Amino acid sequence: MNKLELISTLKDRANLTKSEAADVVRIFFDSLSEAFVKGERVEIRGLCSFHIKEYKSYVGRNPKTGQKVEIPPKRLPFFKCGKELKERVDY
Amino acid sequence: MALTKTIIAEKIQNELDLSRNVAYEVMEEFLEIIKETISSGEDIMISGFGKFCVNEKKARKGRNPATDEEMTLPARRVVTFKCSGKLRDLINSDTQ
Repeated sequence: MNKLELISTLKDRANLTKSEAADVVRIFFDSLSEAFVKGERVEIRGLCSFHIKEYKSYVGRNPKTGQKVEIPPKRLPFFKCGKELKERVDY
Repeated sequence: MALTKTIIAEKIQNELDLSRNVAYEVMEEFLEIIKETISSGEDIMISGFGKFCVNEKKARKGRNPATDEEMTLPARRVVTFKCSGKLRDLINSDTQ
């Protein structure tokens, strides 16, 4: 399912106009992105939580050429599945 | 402070000019769609944000570290998240 399908499903199920549904989806993911940029934790009960993990710089290799490359330090959102979702997705 | 459902519902309430309760219900419906989709085994791709994937894990042998007892861990399904390149650049934009 992509963003457009999500918007159209939400529109039908929550009785919204298409533009309202698009707004809800945008507000949700933009809020998360903004929190990540600020380094804030995100906790959506039942769905998931995120925290920003800092990765140190390290020397890696280009798997194609074998050449050593210096990987700069980076930040990535670390996803943790929520309890409800975890139970529902499993068999 | 952590970003929570309450804060997101308030933003929806203000931007869409809905009542507090309706805004919260709309957000919960949205989350329910996501949970249903993932539970059915379908991935969710949000361009510019990332991808929520469902991964099948095979059964494997494990050991209880406390009792040293060997056991078979059953096959299971887990959710993973892959950050989009665009979002990753945004998060790291001040360090580069």
